[in-house]
Amino acid sequence: MSKLTPTPGQTVGPFFGYALPFDKDNELLAPGSAGSIRLQGTVYDGAGEPIPDAILEIWQPDSEGNVVQRTGSLVRDGYTFTGWGRAAVGNTGVFTFTTVNPGPTEPLPGKPAAAPFISVAVFARGLMNRLFTRIYLPENEEALAADPLLSSLDPERRSTLIARRDADGGLTWDLRLQGENETVFLDFEGASQ
Amino acid sequence: MLLDENAGHHQDDELVPAAEPHAGHAPLDAAAETQADLSAEIQAIGDAYRRALKDGAAPEIQPRLDFAPYRSSILRHPTKSLHHADPETIELYSPAFGHQDVHALESDLTIQHNGEPQGERIIVQGRVLDGDGRPVAGQLVEIWQANAAGRYIHKRDQHPAPLDPNFTGVGRCITGPDGSYRFTTIKPGAYPWKNHLNAWRPAHIHFSLFGTDFTQRIVTQMYFPGDQLFPLDPIYQSIVDQDARDRLVATYDHDLTSPEWALGYNWDIVLSGSKRTWTENEAFGDAGDEE
Ligand SMILES: [Fe+2]
Repeated sequence: MSKLTPTPGQTVGPFFGYALPFDKDNELLAPGSAGSIRLQGTVYDGAGEPIPDAILEIWQPDSEGNVVQRTGSLVRDGYTFTGWGRAAVGNTGVFTFTTVNPGPTEPLPGKPAAAPFISVAVFARGLMNRLFTRIYLPENEEALAADPLLSSLDPERRSTLIARRDADGGLTWDLRLQGENETVFLDFEGASQ
Repeated sequence: MLLDENAGHHQDDELVPAAEPHAGHAPLDAAAETQADLSAEIQAIGDAYRRALKDGAAPEIQPRLDFAPYRSSILRHPTKSLHHADPETIELYSPAFGHQDVHALESDLTIQHNGEPQGERIIVQGRVLDGDGRPVAGQLVEIWQANAAGRYIHKRDQHPAPLDPNFTGVGRCITGPDGSYRFTTIKPGAYPWKNHLNAWRPAHIHFSLFGTDFTQRIVTQMYFPGDQLFPLDPIYQSIVDQDARDRLVATYDHDLTSPEWALGYNWDIVLSGSKRTWTENEAFGDAGDEE
């Protein structure tokens, strides 16, 4: 069958705030429950200003590295980890998720293992199309060094994908759409599989 | 989600119209740039693209991230090129959604309140497909839109057009086994925005879609055929290729039109080709736990 050309993306615009957020959208786990951590950060523009109208989604394996295929993200029961969440930033550009540290997934057949990471999709007013990136855990230098993506990046750029570990066990990771320390964004099209 | 409940709170707290109903008729902000200025910029970018095409450049199929006529994009686009990456395991899956997540009635935006919304009732239906034309079944589709007067139920939309107490403008559904989706709604109005003086968006419905792989995740906008605002709109024009832009325009479908009831529009969505090409069941065992 011939390849169909994909439908183009468009900006999420300014008015997603009454449509995309939902109750407990950013709580992959109930806050305070066993094993839960806070993942937080700020979204900045090219002038270094926090932007108040971005929305992020995360998608990740559970703490054992299992890919979860359970429904219930939109109507959370407080017990089922679905691996996916959504968080609109607040007025100060800050987003927060409650989640778990992702475990290492089984590598793809014939491929080297990736270090554990959280997959991220970014949407914002003024951003013409969604962007993909990753949040890696800061521990396990060896796994980070061997990771196929991280090892293909300059050390300076590589650091934009690695979260900081907070004193309370949580993760902090800032996203910079442009400028100094611009976050590495990913293109999966045309990549070899 | 109880849409009624949401809408009620918002209307009470934050969505009251501007105190001075005519304030919006004054010149907006310091937006001194005219449509002619913006149209000239758009034209120049389009001309350069068409020259490049003639010289053998590959057609562009996505919007440009760096598209200055949309002023808000200037500080919000990456300046470094996207980094090619092979998707890892997690990226070759998508979150699972089901009927637990979405009530069947959420696909009808005209029944979320006590009365009928104002405007032209429409049916929008189509299929979500992958790059090989295979249906994306059982996945989440979310939409949001302005009402018939071009006003959003959002505190940042304060332009002097009426809210409709019977219209929230948010819908969801789960695609069928053939990748199909269907919404009943009203045709949204065009609305002004402050990109430049006298800037108006063509009527559109925002769509959010998931594929079988997280790498296929997209948010986009569906437009209506023949809109006179297309050439003037920096967001639509950020897709510089005419064929690519056309992919965002629904087709009027008289067979879908329902007598004495609603006009029908058809719009299929093709997600990017990157997807699981190997059999996940062979590699990982059956990960499926549908509902
Ligand atoms: Fe819009």
